[in-house]
Amino acid sequence: MSQSTPPPLHQGPTAKEKKYDRQLRLWAASGQAALEDAHVLLINSGPGVVGVETLKNLVLPGVGHFTILDSAVVREEDLGVNFFLQEESVGAERAAETCKYLQELNPDVEGHSISEPVEEFIARPDTLTPYSLIIVVAPVVPDVLSKISAHGTATQTPVFYVHNVGFYIHFSLQLPPAFTIVDIHPEPEALVDLRLYKPWKELLVNAKKWTWRMENMSDHQHGHIPYVFLLLHYLMEWERTHDGKPPRTYKEKTEFRELIRSGIRTSNPEGGEENFDEAIGAVLKSLNEPTLSSTVKEVFNSPECEDLTEDSPNFWLIAHAVSQFHTKHQTLPLPGAIPDMKAVSADYAFLQGLYKTKAREEADEVLHSVRALEKSLERPNPILAAEVDAFCKQAAHIRLIRGRPIPVISPNEGVAWGERAKAAVNALTDESSLILLHIAFLTFDAFYAQRAAEGKARVPGDGADVEDDERLLTGLAQDIGTNLLTQAERELDEEDADSVKTRLGNICAELTRAGGAELHNIAALGGGLVAQEVIKAITRQYVPIDNTCLFDGVRSLSSVLLL
Amino acid sequence: MADTAMPDSSPPLGAADPRTRWRYLDNILTRKGPFVDEDAILGEPIIDRLSTMKVLFSGAGGLGCEILKNLALSGFKDIHVIDMDTIDVSNLNRQFLFRHVDVGRSKAAVAAEFVQKRVKGVTITPYCGKIQDKDDEYYMQFGLVVCGLDSIEARRWINATLVGMVDGENMDSMKPLIDGGTEGFKGQARVVLPTMTSCIECQLDMHAPRPAVPLCTLATIPRQPQHCIEWAHIIAWEEERKDDTLDTDDPEHITWLYQKALSRATEYGIHGVTYAMTQGVVKNIIPAIASTNAIVAAACCNEAFKLATSTNPCLGFPEQNNYMMYSGDSGVYTYTFEHMKKEDCPVCGDLPKTLHLYPNSTLQELLDSFAERPEAQLKKPTIRTQSTSLYYQSPASLEEKTRPNLVKKLSELVGDGEELAVTDPAFQVTFRFKVAFKK
Repeated sequence: MSQSTPPPLHQGPTAKEKKYDRQLRLWAASGQAALEDAHVLLINSGPGVVGVETLKNLVLPGVGHFTILDSAVVREEDLGVNFFLQEESVGAERAAETCKYLQELNPDVEGHSISEPVEEFIARPDTLTPYSLIIVVAPVVPDVLSKISAHGTATQTPVFYVHNVGFYIHFSLQLPPAFTIVDIHPEPEALVDLRLYKPWKELLVNAKKWTWRMENMSDHQHGHIPYVFLLLHYLMEWERTHDGKPPRTYKEKTEFRELIRSGIRTSNPEGGEENFDEAIGAVLKSLNEPTLSSTVKEVFNSPECEDLTEDSPNFWLIAHAVSQFHTKHQTLPLPGAIPDMKAVSADYAFLQGLYKTKAREEADEVLHSVRALEKSLERPNPILAAEVDAFCKQAAHIRLIRGRPIPVISPNEGVAWGERAKAAVNALTDESSLILLHIAFLTFDAFYAQRAAEGKARVPGDGADVEDDERLLTGLAQDIGTNLLTQAERELDEEDADSVKTRLGNICAELTRAGGAELHNIAALGGGLVAQEVIKAITRQYVPIDNTCLFDGVRSLSSVLLL
Repeated sequence: MADTAMPDSSPPLGAADPRTRWRYLDNILTRKGPFVDEDAILGEPIIDRLSTMKVLFSGAGGLGCEILKNLALSGFKDIHVIDMDTIDVSNLNRQFLFRHVDVGRSKAAVAAEFVQKRVKGVTITPYCGKIQDKDDEYYMQFGLVVCGLDSIEARRWINATLVGMVDGENMDSMKPLIDGGTEGFKGQARVVLPTMTSCIECQLDMHAPRPAVPLCTLATIPRQPQHCIEWAHIIAWEEERKDDTLDTDDPEHITWLYQKALSRATEYGIHGVTYAMTQGVVKNIIPAIASTNAIVAAACCNEAFKLATSTNPCLGFPEQNNYMMYSGDSGVYTYTFEHMKKEDCPVCGDLPKTLHLYPNSTLQELLDSFAERPEAQLKKPTIRTQSTSLYYQSPASLEEKTRPNLVKKLSELVGDGEELAVTDPAFQVTFRFKVAFKK
């Protein structure tokens, strides 16, 4: 009998783990906790479907609280497009009714509703404070959007602004000015760094030991040398004849692969060796000079990383310490993970141990720097070592997104494109970009704002004369386009100008055709996209859009623009 | 009776104008847009077509709940749904037509009941069973088929059925197939016009199976926690509990496998075996979330709506894009393209696929390779040449008779350039391969 006591009987997963099993495999307990802490405010308007569909995709995975602000009363036409209403809802407050039917989806979520015009709601002080994230659905007047956007900037609250009209979707995401992410969930291979260009002493010593007199090994031994040791062995051999330099160019790497290939035994029954095949296959992706990605450089070079204060978020303290580590060692801390490879169990465990020990050492060095920084900044609460470890493991993938205020069109002053004007102009002539759809939606807002200012708020196409609206919208859109060119100090040649004019005209016509109507399919698609980005913003996992997303349901394609 | 009933003081909804509730949809159904085909006639005829077309969708899971809701709110009025599964508690985080009280009931029936109650005027006919239970005559009644299936085998089956039904003389026999699939933050939506465009089988190699871990690794040199779990699943269960049928939904069975795997992992110094991982490996669990399902299902139904109404161009016409790939883990990304029809597609093409083989490899090796070849994915292949039977999976007598061939070298059994016919009980078509020996 084995001396060790048998493991205790496993109690199995909890009820919550069972219910959320399929999503916990993506964002883990930490993401789930963040989601359950969140309170999302939906400011609904128009037919009001895309916002409700978004909430559906947040209620199902278990967002903590949601609140619907909507002053509309349910009308019969709502029943043909909104799934979260019933016949009996007609005549009742739409906020309360949609809240009720959404709430049914998940008893662990708390829904609230407020039936009040948004202008009145935000006019009162602090009404937006309870919410950790705000979704505004168009149409709203520019003044309302500006106020909510300003609240988002002041309180670091993410704000979404969403259009869903006919076959088209637009949404802008305003994140806090420094939105940082550690856990972007790259493909598992991307988390591997074997550090073959800068092997540490112990790794090299072992590589020599494990490949010593390879020619005398049995076929079994020879065919089970872990490929990391093979690569290091042949690197040493290569460097002896190449002035101590590893293969750098594609041509050299091809020659290096041939060098490894020359060591394969073919006299064995298999007629080849899998571990050598693995080594050859790993040359191109594993033998690379350690360079920092532009996204990591952006983090290291940002003022938040350089100028720490007592109140700096943990991310910046750790980033500072990792940046110091990089300056000292010219490499990021070792992540410690190795891929599976042909080897016997004990040898693989040994190699895994080498990498884990080294990663532990380096993470400890970073932790040491973090502690020194905490002391010099007189921070009262130490950062958890586990947070530093997780950062070190994913240091090559950390991200910083600079949230920007949602562009708001003012009927008198148009759009201020600022530094984005040039990039926007370049996109105009790119047929795969949906920048023209973005311009059409800005125009849609201008059209609505003009009529709202006259006390007759309506969207294009929602009236008797559709063709007239189409002409007006197209004219306004072309003015915005011309204004963009002026701001960018650019001109288009005649051919490009004609093409842009035609395409913009068509999009405006399609937008007017809908008359502000939502199609359920497109609302459901938009609700999926927005909910996905809400989850990223709340959990700080995966990478949210930066910062404007468009979907064209006519051609079935999307585009993300940095505006 | 109706004559003597007291008149209701408030008229029922829709009495004045039955299209009131479809006011939004009607903007699109009655107004022509700049991208609409010149010959398309919108308005009444299209509204009639939408209301009378029979639509079939199969797979009432995460995608299916979305698809059913979307079809009903797209104006389709005669919807049929097929699903063989019953509701599990782990479905509730995304399959929003189901509640805790429904656990254990038929997905198709509960989904149909719910949507029919919520969206007045739509008829939803559920069938709790397999798509394979139905024949051509059944499939012939539909205008289009939407799939949100979780198995590649079922997709391949329905695809082959719809391709096989096409009769060149009768355009009504061509049933457009719209298919969606998701995995975590990724997914795809595609439209197939059987025989006219690339079919699911043509696209099979885009969904390659994960390579299996060699049995000898599991048995003798495990290195990963998954190796220990697979060992418990494939080897230990067979050795120790051969008389019990493994039920991956039985917590006692999963716990047993978990503990077996854990003690093997401890023995080999391997870390990371957990209950959740055991369940994931054994049941081949694919992560799933509501938002991706919403996106992919809506993309499919948007194509179905455009296809049925001509209110805008849809994916899938020859020489047009027919495939939208979606990825949402880093930003929002779609890639929409035309997947080309393959002339050597075993379902819709008419040429055999070339198979490069080593003459010294055995028939057994060839047999095993069919499971993993991305373009074949056949688990129980039976192999014939035009003149001889190389290996038969069944009946037992024929299996026994052909078994000695398994150890023979291919060069002893077939000639270079010879054609092989491969069949598998899961599929109704014959896969044709032309042998090309590697030099």
